[in-house]
Amino acid sequence: MWDWKIGGVVLGLLFFLAVALMKPIGVSTQFVILDGIIWDMIDDSVVTVTPAGYSSSNSYLAKSGGKYAKNIANPLNYSFLFVLASVGGAALSAFLRGWVPREERKMPPIWQANFGASPIKRYMAAFAGGFIVLYGARLAGGCTSGHMMSGMMQTSLSGYIFAAGAFASAVILARILYRKEA
Amino acid sequence: MDTLLIALILGGLFGFVLDRIGATNPQKIIQMLNLTDMHLAKTILLGIGISSTLMFAGQMIGVVDPGHMSVKAAHLGVLLGGIILGIGWALSGFCPGTGVAAAGTGRIDALFFVAGGLAGAFAYMLSYDWIKSTGVLQVFHIGKVTLGSVTGSKYQGVIPLPGEILGIGVGILLIVLACVLPHRLAGKPH
Repeated sequence: MWDWKIGGVVLGLLFFLAVALMKPIGVSTQFVILDGIIWDMIDDSVVTVTPAGYSSSNSYLAKSGGKYAKNIANPLNYSFLFVLASVGGAALSAFLRGWVPREERKMPPIWQANFGASPIKRYMAAFAGGFIVLYGARLAGGCTSGHMMSGMMQTSLSGYIFAAGAFASAVILARILYRKEA
Repeated sequence: MDTLLIALILGGLFGFVLDRIGATNPQKIIQMLNLTDMHLAKTILLGIGISSTLMFAGQMIGVVDPGHMSVKAAHLGVLLGGIILGIGWALSGFCPGTGVAAAGTGRIDALFFVAGGLAGAFAYMLSYDWIKSTGVLQVFHIGKVTLGSVTGSKYQGVIPLPGEILGIGVGILLIVLACVLPHRLAGKPH
């Protein structure tokens, strides 16, 4: 793992490069896009194309002039490919360091120290956590990448408000949940 | 360069870097949130500070297009959404970007996080009309604003000073904060 000085410099250069070349980094919208792609495969009336542009029978996908509907209909777009590529990049890094140790693939040690070794319990918490995180991210209009890192990088007021809310609840809950260190 | 090629390169680098700084490891996220290991917080603060300073400096000397900025609207939903996200973040040890990347490193719990995330995003899509009707997206609607206004960007500033200068100042402040933040804020030292 990189030291915080090296890691911070590389992370900073990457966020700078993204805004210099294209646009600020963001991730959580792509959960909506993947949902939309799957939903549209099951029911192809979800995304509609008219001469006026893309729209959807779902009001969230239709909002802002149908920009989500458009990206669902065209998955080969910048933001969606960016997130897919991040899976590959993380996999390459993990491969080069010999992957995650087998005993840590199901849960981190601090979880086990506080809640026991049951994988089912950990998987249920991870699923519930994912549900809560993405519901909150969509209500806020972005997540730790788009709102907090990219937002604060641009001195966006919404970035500071988001970071204050997220850290307040996360720190309080983490202090309660993880009393035993590991 | 081709847009999609840039997406593959920058996205790939993003996942690689998230793994290298320890952000794909829920252990490191949880230790940051329960204040016992601030290593990751120092990394993130330094990263935001450096990118911010470079971006605003680049805009001033004309090598970065201010039109690339993308600022999100501020309203009550941002605060509430942040608070809700924080609960799931502490519970799971993942956020959207790090969860997706962690799934790529072979973490099984991260796969459950991503599945839950897809379900949560879908639930939001279905409840969007109700959320809108509560008015939460309109309360305290300050709009898409930055600290100071940046020449050539489409966003208003809240402080009547040049946004680039303020941005560089805040960027340097975040770098200093990254350096002075202790490695532990709570618990016994190792």
